[in-house]
Amino acid sequence: MDLPTFLIQCLNAIQYGLLLFLVASGLTLIFGIMGVINLAHGSFYMIGAYMAYALAPWVGATFGGGFFATLALGVLLSIAFGYLLEWSFFSFLYEREHLQQVLMTYGLILVFEELRSIAVGDDVHGVNAPGWLGGSVQLGSVMTYPTYRLFMSAVCIAVALALYFVLARTRLGMMIRAGATNREMVQAMGINIKFLYRVVFAAGVALAVLAGMIAAPVSSVYPSMGSQVLIISFVVVVIGGIGSVRGALFASLLVGLADTFGKVFFQEAAGVLVYLLMAAILVWKPEGLFKNG
Amino acid sequence: MKRRQTIALTAALCAGLFAMPVTAQQKLKVGLMLPYTGTFAALGNAIENGFKLYVQEQGGKIGGREIEYFRVDDESDPSKATDNIGRLINRDKVDVVVGTVHSGVVMAMAKVARESNTLLIVPNAGANALTGPMCAPNIFRSSFSNWQSAYAAGVVAAERGHKTAASITWKYAAGDEMAAAFKEGFGKGGGRVVKELNLPFPGVEFQALLTEIASLKPDATFAFFAGGGAVKFVRDYAAAGLMKSVPLYGPGFLTDGTLEAQGAAAQGLLTTLHYADDLPNAKDKSFRLAYAKSYKLQPDVYATQGYDAAQLLAAGLNGVKGDFSKRAEMIKAMETAKIDSPRGAFTLSKAHNPVHDIYLRKVEGGANKYQKVAVKALADPATGCKM
Repeated sequence: MDLPTFLIQCLNAIQYGLLLFLVASGLTLIFGIMGVINLAHGSFYMIGAYMAYALAPWVGATFGGGFFATLALGVLLSIAFGYLLEWSFFSFLYEREHLQQVLMTYGLILVFEELRSIAVGDDVHGVNAPGWLGGSVQLGSVMTYPTYRLFMSAVCIAVALALYFVLARTRLGMMIRAGATNREMVQAMGINIKFLYRVVFAAGVALAVLAGMIAAPVSSVYPSMGSQVLIISFVVVVIGGIGSVRGALFASLLVGLADTFGKVFFQEAAGVLVYLLMAAILVWKPEGLFKNG
Repeated sequence: MKRRQTIALTAALCAGLFAMPVTAQQKLKVGLMLPYTGTFAALGNAIENGFKLYVQEQGGKIGGREIEYFRVDDESDPSKATDNIGRLINRDKVDVVVGTVHSGVVMAMAKVARESNTLLIVPNAGANALTGPMCAPNIFRSSFSNWQSAYAAGVVAAERGHKTAASITWKYAAGDEMAAAFKEGFGKGGGRVVKELNLPFPGVEFQALLTEIASLKPDATFAFFAGGGAVKFVRDYAAAGLMKSVPLYGPGFLTDGTLEAQGAAAQGLLTTLHYADDLPNAKDKSFRLAYAKSYKLQPDVYATQGYDAAQLLAAGLNGVKGDFSKRAEMIKAMETAKIDSPRGAFTLSKAHNPVHDIYLRKVEGGANKYQKVAVKALADPATGCKM
């Protein structure tokens, strides 16, 4: 492998890793802070992708279009949706054991898939990137790189920075971190922990939906796209340390690198390489790379 | 009381037995085991539509027998396949099973069909083994083998002057079969496959492998993916700027039923398959018209295969005047039948797989336009079939 190819492969790895981070960050928030194993997280990603497909024409017709208008509407809808979902289902799960959480969230996957099938059908759809991002950048003499993929990475970095800022530097972030450590104590301090959890859950859903919407133009939109993402997201969460956003970022990039170079160098083992990486890290650090935030 | 009831029941049963019409007029029970939900739901419905269209055209009867349908949704789940086909055979007591799309499911079905000697007609699944090591007198296929369409793609790529190629597919049975067949066809024409790339099924993160192709700079690429994977691959391939520098070839599944989602990226793509959207034969024209009229939908390759499954069954039944008990003669009639398919008339190979022309198609607008016959009357080698 020559240098330009190697650099492009690194870019592939980082870009894939960053997208993984966007999905996994929501999962790690919900899992780490609220202690709920949320198998339905992949469905939120799927819902996001379908929203990008279904909302774009409508937004175009009603508000005169705009890629960002669609994104904003999708995020708003998903926050409302997440808030409602927490109130109606997840708020009953905190005190339950993991098995019950798994059962219910698995049930939700089936429900969401069926609703998706009824609402938009089982066909595969393509979503077009907005015109001004539709071009490509020439990378050396090897190949061109779609501008949209670079844009995707930029959005992911922006979200990572915003998350870091909120969690580490704001009062809300402090409350969330405290709530993760000791729920009762935070409540005793006069903080509405129920509301706080609802906000965290809605934010987690919004992150997954945002990831789905942003990924739709490159990944296309198809049934059961959520389950593929879910498994790899759990790997990221476990490697990074449950509940750690910083860990999720490192783990995503690590998984991105392992996946990309695994496919290139160890084709026969590409399917298991990421899981081997997870096993190795768990042997070395059973609680993940970053245990505490 | 109880005894009297038993007697009455027995009497009724006997009366029923005598009153039963002779076998020729009894309804023929056809079990449709197809995916009606999930990713392949559209395919399952198209196959059923095609099958029923042919029966309708014959006035609702084939071989003089009315048809009674029993449907089972196989969910494209191989782990449920044995139970599902068992339901049709044991509970519904069907005479013939028609199914299915998914190759993994079909292998389980073939096993049961062999053991129970049930007549099985496969309207899609392309696993080579079905008409290879698993072939049997009671197993027929109205569709294709994976080998056929990919081999033809290899022949075409070599014909068009390409010397080297990379192949890329999912690492699973169908993917391996396709890649191997392409290599064979391409090699016969003097081409060489320089790299066989694959990724775990059903992964869609192609970027790393596309970069590989770009750095290898082969003359051509052969790709096999289906459904969502096919859409994403073609779009990614175009976005990577490879369409012009490294022409892409594939079996028809790369662009069948996915064109709307692939959009501009797929324009000009060359694929090989036993069907195209505008074949120059009269049978296809009338078939497309009738299908569109009945279902308000355009037919596709899957509908054609369902239609031909019904034709194949009819050929067998007509050969014995609807008398299903003459099994050997019926199978003989099916084996020697010339099926007037919308894809062009075909006969069956010794292993019961269609011997049909494979067409070269080009994506233009929203359709896979017919270009020419890529390979005439291509027969699957039926490796491993002892029949």
